[in-house]
Amino acid sequence: MNAPAIEGHGLQKSYGKKVVLDEVDLTVAAGTVTALLGPNGAGKTTTVHILSTLVRPDGGTAFVNGCDVVQNPDGVRAAIGLTGQFSAVDKLLTGEENLLLMARLRHLGERRSKARVAELLEQFDLVEAARKPLATYSGGMQRRLDLAMTLVATPSVIFLDEPTTGLDPRSRHTMWDIVRELVADGTTVLLTTQRLEEADELADRVAVLDGGHIVAEGTPDELKRLVPGGHIRLRFADVAALDSASRLLDQSARDDAGLALTVPSAGGVGALRAVLDRLDAAHLEVDDLSIHTPDLDDVFFALTGKKGTES
Amino acid sequence: MTTLNPQPPATKRPTLGTDRQSHVVADAITMLRRNLLHIVRYPGLSMFTILGPVVILLLVVFVFGGTLGAGLPGVDPAGGRDAYLAYVMPGILLITIAGTASGVAITVAMDMTEGITARFRTMAISRAAVLAGHVLGNTIQAIIAVVLVLGVGLLVGFRPTTGPLEWLAAAGLIVLIAFAVSWIGVAMGMQSKTVETASNLPLILTILPLLGSGFVPTASMPGWLQWFAQYQPFTPFIETIRGLLLGTPLGWNPVLAVGWCVVIAVAGYAWSMVIYELRSVR
Repeated sequence: MNAPAIEGHGLQKSYGKKVVLDEVDLTVAAGTVTALLGPNGAGKTTTVHILSTLVRPDGGTAFVNGCDVVQNPDGVRAAIGLTGQFSAVDKLLTGEENLLLMARLRHLGERRSKARVAELLEQFDLVEAARKPLATYSGGMQRRLDLAMTLVATPSVIFLDEPTTGLDPRSRHTMWDIVRELVADGTTVLLTTQRLEEADELADRVAVLDGGHIVAEGTPDELKRLVPGGHIRLRFADVAALDSASRLLDQSARDDAGLALTVPSAGGVGALRAVLDRLDAAHLEVDDLSIHTPDLDDVFFALTGKKGTES
Repeated sequence: MTTLNPQPPATKRPTLGTDRQSHVVADAITMLRRNLLHIVRYPGLSMFTILGPVVILLLVVFVFGGTLGAGLPGVDPAGGRDAYLAYVMPGILLITIAGTASGVAITVAMDMTEGITARFRTMAISRAAVLAGHVLGNTIQAIIAVVLVLGVGLLVGFRPTTGPLEWLAAAGLIVLIAFAVSWIGVAMGMQSKTVETASNLPLILTILPLLGSGFVPTASMPGWLQWFAQYQPFTPFIETIRGLLLGTPLGWNPVLAVGWCVVIAVAGYAWSMVIYELRSVR
């Protein structure tokens, strides 16, 4: 059994009267990927900042790679890498200079520094741009450089704070591939994301953070099971029909702009037939119907209380 | 469930503590290289710290110099301009050094808002090394600026009257002052929440040579100002440089100057370290 690479217990943080984190517990086993999922302002970045020694918690304890983040921050810093939401590159230097700077600060020695930098430039497809100033880099290139800088000293724990925010689909997939390679090499990754697809793609475990609490934690499949049947989406021809159907089917959520109604469903033909039968009995015409099997989006909305359904 | 295992963490990185001390110097040099690269690549800010004092020098010598020089004690009014150039040069050199504090404060304030600084904080780099990189970078920049401004002074007729030993001593003191002022500049930059504040705060330093013996003898000032002029650090700085370059009496000034350098450097170091800590760990 692996010792956990990241362990937080009862983490608390407030800024003035605003409570950002309220008793957050989080454990990440070594060599696994955990996604911290949550809406804006849920406390994802604060959690990452506490674990990466940027912010001191008001309460609770946290260990990264066995080192206490408050008592032994340098022990933590020697083991981690952080790629934040905002690019942490020196914009006045070239890509190669940025990487060399990191290599020197990690004390790799001049020869190993150069070798490692060349290797990373190759791996992150930045060879051509290596000697160009960062002003000429695209968003995806800057993000790749950012991550490459984090990886110079092959840290054993990596924090990725919204690593693909603002990237186009191709760059996003490149980033995902890179993360998968890291994990294959045994790196522990804690990533925050608002994208459920991303958590689904990458994470072994997902922790859903909302309003400073962890509201659910488990594998993506376990979490999907929390909302068993997904939902049925019904579209109607006019508002009148939508109104009547909305009254008829309790627990449904309406989407007035789309003239549609979302009905939670346990899945299966029986449940679907029951809904259609009730609409039929009320002589309501359904314009269009689609069935959604649950994905993390449903879990997310269910858990963060956006639709008022309790799990 | 995973269980707590206290053994491996304790043995994970046993050499970390012993490596720390030697790394401070290596990291400071790495940071210095970064700052020098910035200066070379974006020389705009540095140009300003040289052009400013040159303009002041030319202005006070060619516009005000004739009249101001004639008013100096024991000067023949006919040779006023040359006499004033000799008199004002040490003050101009000090203004040059004080001016670089503005540059480094701006650099530090901008750097603090950059993501790269947050990255440095997540790495095992000594905070002193990050600051020392800025201080050393600015010290070098200040020395270059002083040499260039002095060069302009020589071009327009400044003629030091002393020997190489005094020159060397003057150079040493200039380096020391530049180092001390750089620490204050870094602290001011660290203190400033915005780049605007960072560029304004160090102006206090630029005014000090004017409120000392830099441009006119302190004896010509009103009593209360004389008192301030006598006891502020820039007066012994200027008097020592003047003595070393032009052979005027030195008195206790060299001791006072070195003492002030130590006090200023230590104060700047402590100030910036405290602020760095405060701004880093929220």
